[in-house]
Amino acid sequence: MQADPKGVLTGAHFLDGDQACCEGALAAGARFAAGYPITPSTEIVERFAARIPTIGGVFIQMEDELAASIAILGAVWGGAKAFTVTSGPGFSLMMEHIGYAAMTETPCVFVNVQRGGPSTGLPTLPAQADMMQARWGSHGDYEIIALAPNSPQECFDLTIQAFNLSEEYRVPVMFMMDECVGHMTEKVEIPPAERIEIRPRRHTSRLPGEFRPYEANGDGVPEMVHAGEGYRFHVTGLTHDEQGYPAMNPQAQDRLVRRLKRKVHDAAERIALYEEENTEAADVVVVSYGITSRVAQRAIEMAREKGIPVGKFRLITVWPFPEAHLRALARRTKAFVVPELNCGQIALEVERAAAGHARTIPVTHAGGSVHQPEQILEAIAEALR
Amino acid sequence: MKEAAVINPVEPFLRMDRMPHIWCPGCGIGTTVNCFARALIESGADLDRLAIVSGIGCTGRVAGYLKLDSFHTTHGRAIPFATGLKLANPSLQVVVYSGDGDLFAIGGNHLIHAARRNIDIKVVCVNNLIYAMTGGQSAPTTPPEAVTTTAPFGCYEPAFNLPYLAESAGASYVARWTTYHVRQLARSMNDVLHKNGFCFIEVLSPCPTLYQRRNRMGDGLDTMKYYKEHSKTRHGAATRDLELSLHGDIIVGKFVDRERPDYLEAMQHRLREQLGERFVEQEAVCA
Repeated sequence: MQADPKGVLTGAHFLDGDQACCEGALAAGARFAAGYPITPSTEIVERFAARIPTIGGVFIQMEDELAASIAILGAVWGGAKAFTVTSGPGFSLMMEHIGYAAMTETPCVFVNVQRGGPSTGLPTLPAQADMMQARWGSHGDYEIIALAPNSPQECFDLTIQAFNLSEEYRVPVMFMMDECVGHMTEKVEIPPAERIEIRPRRHTSRLPGEFRPYEANGDGVPEMVHAGEGYRFHVTGLTHDEQGYPAMNPQAQDRLVRRLKRKVHDAAERIALYEEENTEAADVVVVSYGITSRVAQRAIEMAREKGIPVGKFRLITVWPFPEAHLRALARRTKAFVVPELNCGQIALEVERAAAGHARTIPVTHAGGSVHQPEQILEAIAEALR
Repeated sequence: MKEAAVINPVEPFLRMDRMPHIWCPGCGIGTTVNCFARALIESGADLDRLAIVSGIGCTGRVAGYLKLDSFHTTHGRAIPFATGLKLANPSLQVVVYSGDGDLFAIGGNHLIHAARRNIDIKVVCVNNLIYAMTGGQSAPTTPPEAVTTTAPFGCYEPAFNLPYLAESAGASYVARWTTYHVRQLARSMNDVLHKNGFCFIEVLSPCPTLYQRRNRMGDGLDTMKYYKEHSKTRHGAATRDLELSLHGDIIVGKFVDRERPDYLEAMQHRLREQLGERFVEQEAVCA
């Protein structure tokens, strides 16, 4: 399906990542946003609030992040595409509804413009320390999808992807920006609407009476209906059967939880977006994502200037973790260098995927600024020692 | 003699495939559901366009038993879910049906803000004065001196006066009944289905298993007698005077029925005024 031209601001623009993310959401067809102000993400909903009245839709500023994160889920079941936007402390408050969205298979997008934590931390300064929280933050076993853009252009392009993936797999998608990417201003090209591919909702063609809301198709993803269409269906955060009715037994739990995990896990290779360069003959591969990938790029160039062949692997899809790619790479290289604005989160995943075939060297940073390229270069040198 | 098959008139409103329900003997929640079904019959509401949203708790299970588009959400968050649902599809009639702990403790912030905004949703709060699903702990509605599992020597916190809170926050309609007042309750429920804006109905309901028994107030029937003898109907009573006590009278009636623009009306009015023809009213959204 092509994008609705009403939401597409076709042309070349000079936008920061937050603004570009908002334009991506509008282009993707989001017509409902709920938010609660929090630095450094607020500009996204500020722009949405200014743009949506002339497009047709609703922005509501809710009383807290718990409210914002479930108002969007109500809107989705009312028929809208919807998203919310936050940063660390608000992301913590939204965890319950990330779980509810996963359990009820509500397609939606949570944008987290990451800042330094824990707690109030560094409201105006960058970090990438919510990557594990994005994956594991709500209780119970479930899977989500998470994308990490590294430029305003990607904030636009990948926000559309985030919505499309949420519809395809009926999962909440975490859009993991950071303060630098959110506030960095660059050229953003927005294509004409007919060149933007949109995944529509997986709405059932079955009639009421023939439709079972949680009966999954071959790919493990059930079809959906909206309130007001005559289906008189039930949605619950309790463990439920195919009819959507509560089912309090280990068999139903096993069937549901394993399907919720499998539908994302089994699609990991298809979902995996990444950028890979010069990994063929490299003894060292730098694995990075988000803003850190841009510092890593400089470090890789500096290493090449010194004659050290260094490969680059940039994660765009962070969850589900593209472990098959990393595992294959681990068999060809000696070491992974993993810089990130946290004390070593994705480095653990890289190490797990490498499964002993290659060393993993984290380049940690507690947040508040980006790395110096020299820190990454030093780790590259260490990897070769 | 041949017996005619008798169908309860509220059966078509219930998911009979989910019976028996989980509520205890003597519990009043089922009575309120019966009243709600009768209000639906009376109201002539289009049931395909009526959604019900519950939070968590004993009353939170209501959504699962009503044969409507029904959402059993998270603890305390039925109102913000209902807010999103209503704003995404304004043609829906949205009813929130939940308990006192869900709506006034963990969800209290959402209730006051939805009332302030005058979101066009109807809230039915079944008040059993206690957290029942979890075994009888104190709630913000538990009257002073009442014994609960977390106040074994009697509660010493003041309780919320729900109608007063709802009115102060901006509700367009506020009423209180008990499960003894089935006709009045059904009438109030029918009223709010025809009223625009944020409407609030409190229904006092027995929890013989956990509240009445522990406070030596007898069983469900004794509670009905208590409601009958101690209820005083005072339509239009000042809500500040509606505090409840352990053994005192219960003022019931319709206290507030007023008009002001609801959230969407206010939003559309303002945006149209400011943006003129550039304002685009949302279509019935479909993803």
